[in-house]
Amino acid sequence: MAALIDRLQAALRRDTGPVLFLLVLAAAAVLVPLLYFLVPEGSALHLSGYTVTLVAKYMSYAILAMAVDLIWGYCGILSLGHGAFFALGGYAMGMYLMRAIGSRGVYGDPVLPDFMVFLNWKELPWFWYGFDHLWFALLMVLAVPGLLALVFGYFAFRSRVSGVYLSIITQALTYALMLAFFRNDMGFGGNNGFTDFKDIAGFSLQAPATRVVLFLCTAFALAGSYLLCRFVVSSRAGRVIQAVRDAENRARFLGYRVEYYKLWVFVLSALLAAVAGALYVPQIGIINPSEFSPANSIEIVIWVAIGGRGTLYGAAAGAVFVNYAKTFFTAALPSFWLYALGTLFIVVTLFLPRGIVGALSAMAARGGLRRRVAS
Amino acid sequence: MIACGAGPAPVAARSTRAAALPGRARSWWLLAALLGGLILAPLARAAGESDALQPLLQRLAAADYDEKRELIAQLAQTRDPRARPVLAALLDGRLLAGSADPRLFIEPQAGGSTVDALSGAPAAAPPDAAPVGVNNQLRKALRVALAQFDLADPDVAVRRTAVKEMLRAPDPAILAALRARVPLETDARVQTDLKAGLALADLDSADAATRMAAVEALKGNLNPEVFNRLAAMTGNGDDAQAAETDARVRAAAASALQSIQAQRTFYANVQTLLFGLSQGSILVLAAIGLAITFGVMGVINMAHGELMMLGAYATYLVQQAMPQHIGASIIVAIPVAFLVAGLAGIAIERGIVRHLYGRPLETLLATFGVSLLLQQAVRDIFSANNRSVITPEWLAGSLEINDALSITYNHLYIVIFTFGVFALLQIVLRRTRFGLEVRAVAQNRAMAKAMGIRTGLIDALTFGMGSGIAGVAGVALSQLTNVGPNLGQSYIVDSFMVVVFGGVGNLWGTLLGGNALGVVNKLLEPVAGAVLAKIFVLVFLILFIQRRPRGLFPQKGRAAES
Repeated sequence: MAALIDRLQAALRRDTGPVLFLLVLAAAAVLVPLLYFLVPEGSALHLSGYTVTLVAKYMSYAILAMAVDLIWGYCGILSLGHGAFFALGGYAMGMYLMRAIGSRGVYGDPVLPDFMVFLNWKELPWFWYGFDHLWFALLMVLAVPGLLALVFGYFAFRSRVSGVYLSIITQALTYALMLAFFRNDMGFGGNNGFTDFKDIAGFSLQAPATRVVLFLCTAFALAGSYLLCRFVVSSRAGRVIQAVRDAENRARFLGYRVEYYKLWVFVLSALLAAVAGALYVPQIGIINPSEFSPANSIEIVIWVAIGGRGTLYGAAAGAVFVNYAKTFFTAALPSFWLYALGTLFIVVTLFLPRGIVGALSAMAARGGLRRRVAS
Repeated sequence: MIACGAGPAPVAARSTRAAALPGRARSWWLLAALLGGLILAPLARAAGESDALQPLLQRLAAADYDEKRELIAQLAQTRDPRARPVLAALLDGRLLAGSADPRLFIEPQAGGSTVDALSGAPAAAPPDAAPVGVNNQLRKALRVALAQFDLADPDVAVRRTAVKEMLRAPDPAILAALRARVPLETDARVQTDLKAGLALADLDSADAATRMAAVEALKGNLNPEVFNRLAAMTGNGDDAQAAETDARVRAAAASALQSIQAQRTFYANVQTLLFGLSQGSILVLAAIGLAITFGVMGVINMAHGELMMLGAYATYLVQQAMPQHIGASIIVAIPVAFLVAGLAGIAIERGIVRHLYGRPLETLLATFGVSLLLQQAVRDIFSANNRSVITPEWLAGSLEINDALSITYNHLYIVIFTFGVFALLQIVLRRTRFGLEVRAVAQNRAMAKAMGIRTGLIDALTFGMGSGIAGVAGVALSQLTNVGPNLGQSYIVDSFMVVVFGGVGNLWGTLLGGNALGVVNKLLEPVAGAVLAKIFVLVFLILFIQRRPRGLFPQKGRAAES
């Protein structure tokens, strides 16, 4: 444990980005609830419940972006299907929240969720069993996407599907899941998905305290994800993973089982995405199959690219930045947003290959050089 | 529309129309006859032809029912082409007569001003004009009379439709008319229809030998009516339910039924195959441009779907520009769409892709940005709603090969069109200087450059060609789906899968892969439903790529090393 802390400290000393990131995160975790609870409603500094949820949403997106950065930035696997793991985690959580509604639904059925009553189903499908317990749902949040990633990754990496091909089949995966979840017969609410949640573990989702607790959970999950990823990439295995990114064949010829390194980092990344999804759903209050759409997954990649791939905190910053811009522009200039997003894709890939963080550190390095030359 | 060209030769015009549109042939026939009459009637009068029709028509309004029946028979016997619309109008209650005016007026089926029944010229009916009355008996007589007209029509298609129509409600009078026609009929298909229809009627005969002969005559006939009747006769194998009392006839019916059943299954499979091929062709058409940019150049173009969308919108604009010539607009749209999408492609290549060669994942992201820009631009220019692209008449309708097998023309043309595009592309790549240079650059860029090939130019043109084909695919898609800003998105995943399935860099693989996927999809659809079939195909593809990461036809040799 001490060695771990030492290593983390050493890693954090190397550049200021991570420190800054954790400081901002800690400040947000403290300030947001304070401004929400303690500042009176009329004040300019007061944050509404909507804002608290919004910040939590950005944070869950940041976890998702970090998950993508972990495999793309450090292992060179461009997954265009990470939205699928996010959505699966969200659906698992959504199933618990649906069961938690109980008899307070529109149709008042004590067991069946509304959409099943509506579709004239008589009994609960077997895969809904157990979702009335939060612990089971939380287990499934990890188990289902984790298992999918394990099986999918095992076959893909074992047969050495890589590069563009892997991107395409991950995209096909999320596309197939989207089509499947759109079907009413699947038992996941069809195109309406799940919504109208009432409470979680007995606490009303509308209550300010629940809101703040969920917000804090998200903040802790973000910090935890960051430290975990950081630990992983700076570990010995993390070095191998980066070696695979830079020269896969060379790593293989050196005797490393490349496919297993890829597999476990892929599964870890899928788990992080699933956690993000599970945090996202109770706060946003809806999950539907459009979360699986291939375009969503590609958008995650651009968050990472804008922030700076291979830095983790850059990915998180990119997610927050793009989504803040999205919230702002879709309200202010709706048609402008897609132009802006499209332009971002082009500009970042052409002119900022290492993202904002990369550009900033390059600037800092140049500055440092100048100082050194001057002295 | 028909009348414009049909004035001097209405029969010829009718025959092409009716052959293309058997389902609608009757109404077209009526329209053509009406409008044809419009032009022919004054000519006939000018020639000073004596008019037998006029006295008959004049008596029609005032006559009682018995006399009317007499008049109808006489009108039918005149074989005067002008009499048919009068009879048809009388049947439908559209024949008007005023109390003071001796003339009769026809109210056109589609609405509009009335015409003079005799001359066919537009003429205002008197204010007190009322439909000439008919009763059920007269209606029957009218149908027989109309059928006699149509049975003697010089056009084979009209005669076939007439036989079909008449057999819908066979009564002794109609059957007699049909029987009289059998020895006179010269066309083999009409003969077949006639005999089958009469045999069908003979199944009701009280005489077992007649029924037996009828069953024999019906053997191998694929008409659903025949199938239903034979099934009823045999009671679906249950003798107690069987409508047929004679055991020998019943056995004959059962064996006839079995052979019909087998044929129907066969044709149903053929139909599924053809639909699969046409769906596969759409995939091929969408993927083939991608196969060039992705396979030959190694560039991932996520905006490929949007280039197809541009092609579809180009079709829409061409149609807006030439509303008078919808039939030709699709032909004109093909080169226009090729140019529009091709130029857009060249712009993308020069502006973005050029700077990202060797970084396929970055290209993917940048071109996805382009696709967002194009979608939003189209949304702002044309609105987010779908635009309707008109299907020209020569693409509508279906080709009926027999009663069990018919192919809609748009599906047929898509298959032909795809193969045409593919063949042209192969010729360009294999037989032209440009194609040679494209292949050279794809195989070894540095060496090609050393040999004096301007690789930058070739890159731009290759990308433009792939994009242009996407535009052409958009023209075809505009005939099959809605033209909207999201048109491209729904095809992008599919087309990538086709290219990867077929084997990157192999156009034949794309052709075979696309068609195979289309057929498999169509075969699964009746079993699993459309969405589930698609999911199965996607899952199959994901698994397939695990087994053979380089597709059906992997590249071999030095070019294969990526």
